[in-house]
Amino acid sequence: MDGVHDMGGMDGFGKVEPERDEPVFHARWEGRVVAMTRAMATLGHWNIDVGRYGIEVLPPHVYLSSSYYRRWFLRTADLIVQRGLVGADELAAGRAFRADEEKGRKKFSLADVERVTRRGSFGRTAPAPARFRIGDRVRAINIHPRSHTRLPRYVRGHVGVVERLHGAHVFPDAYVAGKGEDPQWLYTVCFESRELWGPDADPTVKISVDAFEPYLERA
Amino acid sequence: MELRVRALETILVEKGYVEPVALDRIVELYETRIGPHIGARVVAKAWADPSFRQALLQDATQAVNAFSPAGRIGDHLVAVENTPGVHNLVVCTLCSCYPWDVLGLPPVWYKSFAYRSRAVKEPRAVLADFGVALPRETDIRVWDSTAETRFMVVPMRPAGTEDWDEERLAALVTRDCMVGTGLPKDPQAAA
Repeated sequence: MDGVHDMGGMDGFGKVEPERDEPVFHARWEGRVVAMTRAMATLGHWNIDVGRYGIEVLPPHVYLSSSYYRRWFLRTADLIVQRGLVGADELAAGRAFRADEEKGRKKFSLADVERVTRRGSFGRTAPAPARFRIGDRVRAINIHPRSHTRLPRYVRGHVGVVERLHGAHVFPDAYVAGKGEDPQWLYTVCFESRELWGPDADPTVKISVDAFEPYLERA
Repeated sequence: MELRVRALETILVEKGYVEPVALDRIVELYETRIGPHIGARVVAKAWADPSFRQALLQDATQAVNAFSPAGRIGDHLVAVENTPGVHNLVVCTLCSCYPWDVLGLPPVWYKSFAYRSRAVKEPRAVLADFGVALPRETDIRVWDSTAETRFMVVPMRPAGTEDWDEERLAALVTRDCMVGTGLPKDPQAAA
């Protein structure tokens, strides 16, 4: 979706302000949100693509005015209700009305913690040979899907060069749209800065994105 | 937020989805065990051991396995090397993708709207915000982590460290220099 999350190239956000000796969490609740979110995702209630889309669909004013972990909290609260894991009435009341009604439900326990520290594996068997080779000139297609995509706006319509081939991976666009994993080849495609940002751009800069094969056409 | 988050936890615990001690443990892992010290050891080894450097640049996912407390790194890590001619910078414009396995959780600036919006368009100005000024003739390569690939930067080994062992070298490797927004510490100041 063409949301505010797709920020590459936008102006007006000011300077980057690194914090000296930054703590991992700035408040206790941030760590709890990370832990709860990772636990629920590790139980298999949603994958990374669904989780990301859950943040992208936050209303723009909420997205822009919330801290990073507040966005995580809002997303996780939305997803557990959407997936029927927690009732909207329970979330509103701040307590469970129907505790443990499903026996045999998967519970995230200490033994599962190690799984959290391993990032998921999204590599899959390729359904067909790769269409592009390293060195090929490709154009990022001009698409504006209403749902989740990993093709940022700032490269759409622009020509770059295939630089790396990463194998086939779960295709986020398909997964979030409910069409299954639909594995696709993944490429690093590199663009000249002037191709993306026009004649005034710094010519010593190149920018790459990781693009799934359906995002690309031969140029 | 503290109250709302506490209420959410109460619900998840009462409904039998999570054990509070398991959540404690996740927080503890990210606060104490998984952080940029892992990546610093990887970089130091790459500096000290040419065959490891080669293996890291070839297939970082495999090469860093031994450094992970979990014994395994998720797919799909790519290490990119700075040279006198090219400086690498990593960003995630769409979200916050970051190599958690080797650098821990990302700092606030990495997830900030300013960094995400500007890194792909004016990386030299962004580097200036970090106090980093590269020579004009150095090319800058920005890696936007739009898929599940994660990138870490292998910075250039500082001059004057030829006889240093890996432990000393690792102390020069900062989180920022593995994202590309910093350079390794000055060995003279660190000595």
